[in-house]
Amino acid sequence: MPLLDIKNLSVEFTTRAGTFRAVDGIDLTVDEGEVVGIVGESGSGKSVTSLAVMGLLGSNGRVVADRMMFGGRDLLTMPPAQRRAITGKDVAMVFQEPMTSLNPCFTVGFQIMETLRVHEGLSGKPLRNRAIALLEQVGIPAPETRLSAFPHQLSGGMNQRVMIAIAIACNPRLLVADEPTTALDVTIQKQILDLLVQLQRERGMALILITHDMGVVAETAQRVVVMYAGQVAETRPVAALFERPRHPYTGALLDALPERALGKRRLPTIPGMVPGIADRPAGCLFSPRCRFADDRCRAERPALYDVDDGRARCFYPLPDGVPAVEGAL
Amino acid sequence: MSTETNTPAQAPADGSPDRSIVLEAHNLRKHYAVKRGAFKPLATVKALDGVSFQLQAGCTLAVVGESGCGKSTLARSVTMIEPPTSGQLHYDGRDVVGRSAAEMKELRRTVQMVFQNPYGSLNPRKTVGSILTEPLVINTDMGKDERRARAVAMMGKVGLRPDQIDRYPHMFSGGQRQRIAIARALMLNPRVVVADEPVSALDVSIQAQVLNLMMDLQEELNLAYLFISHDLSVVRHIADALMVMYLGKPVEHGDKDVVFNRPRHPYTRILLAATPRVNPHLRVERVVPKGELPSPLNPPPGCSFHKRCPYATERCAAEVPALRPVDDRLVACHYAEQMD
Repeated sequence: MPLLDIKNLSVEFTTRAGTFRAVDGIDLTVDEGEVVGIVGESGSGKSVTSLAVMGLLGSNGRVVADRMMFGGRDLLTMPPAQRRAITGKDVAMVFQEPMTSLNPCFTVGFQIMETLRVHEGLSGKPLRNRAIALLEQVGIPAPETRLSAFPHQLSGGMNQRVMIAIAIACNPRLLVADEPTTALDVTIQKQILDLLVQLQRERGMALILITHDMGVVAETAQRVVVMYAGQVAETRPVAALFERPRHPYTGALLDALPERALGKRRLPTIPGMVPGIADRPAGCLFSPRCRFADDRCRAERPALYDVDDGRARCFYPLPDGVPAVEGAL
Repeated sequence: MSTETNTPAQAPADGSPDRSIVLEAHNLRKHYAVKRGAFKPLATVKALDGVSFQLQAGCTLAVVGESGCGKSTLARSVTMIEPPTSGQLHYDGRDVVGRSAAEMKELRRTVQMVFQNPYGSLNPRKTVGSILTEPLVINTDMGKDERRARAVAMMGKVGLRPDQIDRYPHMFSGGQRQRIAIARALMLNPRVVVADEPVSALDVSIQAQVLNLMMDLQEELNLAYLFISHDLSVVRHIADALMVMYLGKPVEHGDKDVVFNRPRHPYTRILLAATPRVNPHLRVERVVPKGELPSPLNPPPGCSFHKRCPYATERCAAEVPALRPVDDRLVACHYAEQMD
């Protein structure tokens, strides 16, 4: 049984312009100890998905799902108090902006110990020692003295380490990292990713890594979920996905990477834009931008079909991975 | 495009691309005095500490480095937003330092800037039309109709529809806004465009569109780009030459292929190794960078990189390495020859 099992999850926001479906019927399973990467462009619903899993959506976000199980317990029917006991303990999250997600008014020591106090009931010396041990584990030098530091006294990379320390404080079974390295420099990004993977291996926890950076996913995840306009476009094992993408969107996205265009002057692009609140096409959501779309794609919505080693939401999955690139341009 | 502006012609008559040097910086320095506290003496941040380069028409020089390496200060110095503390800056052979205000105004037209965040760099209260015509209002004596005609022509060039001219920035997507920002930078027919992380706020597919646009415009208008970025895969795609900076100083500077194929400075190697790759065959050996970026207020003695460098010796802690030619590029490392 998977650790996290979500079926047909939708999240709707009520705005003045009407109801907007940010996440549109996604299925997501994460096994114990698995690293799942969720990639997508802005507005594809990847962050909203993670907030829905964490139960952190605001009051205007409506969560509907057929099934939302974590470790055999139903998150949908659970009373709020029980849900809060899970959030931060068994499921923890690392956010994008370390500088803004830590409270500037409290020391990092206080913020780490707060988690342990609430969830594990620790206090006094043992509490302090646990906090020091945690800072040491995430690679912060001189942890005893850093406990009394405020977030503004630490660099972005150090703050992200503190965030990770808070997240792993109660030995979570699932860690959700939402763009954990986007605000950081490349060398620091590398350190933080290595740290996340090392902690994941040591503790056998599951990790959901949400990012827009294909390179980060390719190097870190075991399985990848590609999201487009609130839906899952494709989900496959990492090596297969990057070698032979089956969904045209994944293929086009990979082709647009400068890394893949070595030698070619022009990068292949995806025409048009992600559909917004008002201009959702009747058929496949990617059909207006897809080079292979035909009348069926424009009229009918494809389901997530099984392809050899995963699933793809396409009537005509690319047979041999990399499509004929628009080399003529 | 009409030619009644008084800037130099964009391409030579015989059709061969003009590769003359449009911008030359020699030993540029920019030092800032910062307060550390009420009773402490002022400290000096050497944001830019001796940077020299040449930029040819139609070519792209990429400046790469992490936070605090001086990339943005370099952009501000080159665009004459701030005068350098010392050093020379030549545009088309004309020295910038010591010019009168009128001459500076004239010189500033030859270099324009595109900023990182298209959500912050466009005035939300102005229409695209007034954003694009503002440089013409300030710098030329063109009439209203002519300015508008120019704006419409430029919108076509950057792939925006002319009927969008009366729209406001919030009605555009991020990629389109960056197109507007590029159009604005090109309104005065500059010869040099300084682009400070122009695609790092954009999604992959949009990033590809903007990079293509920038390369097309470069070809068409023979523009020189000073392209500031932290993304090495983007740089590898767009640049002709590369300058890697660390704490205000260039550590490696040379032709793109030379530097990428065989980096000689440990920092360049670490940057390359730290860049995440999609293709497993392209992943470089895993040199894990250690430590944090040092504060520019308090740079380490000797080579400023030695505390994070896996190959550092005692000599590195004591002696500042000079930027010297090794194997077709300039590199500032005592042990550049051994890096293989």
